[in-house]
Amino acid sequence: MTEGSLVIDKLTPLIGQVSPPGVLQVEAGAIARYADAIDDPNPLYRNVEYAKKSRYGGIIAPPGFFGWPTQGGGLETGAVMGKVLNAVFESGMMRVLDGGVEFDFYIPVRAGDTLIVYGQFVDARERTGKTGKMLFLTMEQTYLNQNGDTVAKQRATLICS
Amino acid sequence: MGNKQLYYEDVEVGGEVTPLAKVATSQMLVKWAGASGDFNPLHYEDSFATSMMVGSPIVHGALKRAWLGHLITDWVGDEGTIKKLSCQYRAMDYPRKMKTMTEPHEGETWWCKGTITGKRVENDEHIVECNIWAENGKGEKTTPGSAVVVLPSKKRG
Repeated sequence: MTEGSLVIDKLTPLIGQVSPPGVLQVEAGAIARYADAIDDPNPLYRNVEYAKKSRYGGIIAPPGFFGWPTQGGGLETGAVMGKVLNAVFESGMMRVLDGGVEFDFYIPVRAGDTLIVYGQFVDARERTGKTGKMLFLTMEQTYLNQNGDTVAKQRATLICS
Repeated sequence: MGNKQLYYEDVEVGGEVTPLAKVATSQMLVKWAGASGDFNPLHYEDSFATSMMVGSPIVHGALKRAWLGHLITDWVGDEGTIKKLSCQYRAMDYPRKMKTMTEPHEGETWWCKGTITGKRVENDEHIVECNIWAENGKGEKTTPGSAVVVLPSKKRG
């Protein structure tokens, strides 16, 4: 009972660490392909003339699109997440599933934006369920645009088992 | 889109978000993989999905989240603004397979839905809160979440 958790011991020192910033180009073509993939025909994402006349004055991205790849902000690729996932796999857990996400949107993401994203590892918790131990990892990402304005924040949960 | 604009005065607590139907297909998952850059074989390779104990390739959680974004942006229209969106991936969903190059086999249709849980004016913003979810063909909410939006007001102010 009191033997503790090896994987939590390894993950705790990583909590609070921030990945090196990632750069994301928000390309019009990538926006249109993203909207196509979800069957969203909204002209704000692809019709330049329509979008110009809208209150946005140009093409915007659907909520949650911050450039390609959409998880380019250090979730899988960043140095911190690399260390986190190594610790998870070393513990014998094999399966990593997306648990959910929370977004706060502050200003629209526009075609042509260059975003900078900072990913931070914020939490690790272990629970024992019916099928054994499960690990809940939380990452927070902050997206800034070329003007230095925060466009959005994202909090994502990964479930490892 | 191109629909009548929704106004703050149009919505009531307990009312519904205009539902949106979605059909996940193996083709949609391929398109999503390319569009999102998520190339996890869990979403396209049978043997890998089996080895990960999910049976067969599953719908990307983030794809279901994107459906919910579509639900909200269609509902609030061009003059509405989405401030918050969240969801949890509670259960697996399995795409329909393709029958032809463009048509899926018969099968499950998913519905994105929502109910309005609150409305208030704060700092001159007309804010509406909702519970939202995607449900599978059996009506099970596999992807529950919430959204906060700002709507235009007829009272201009």
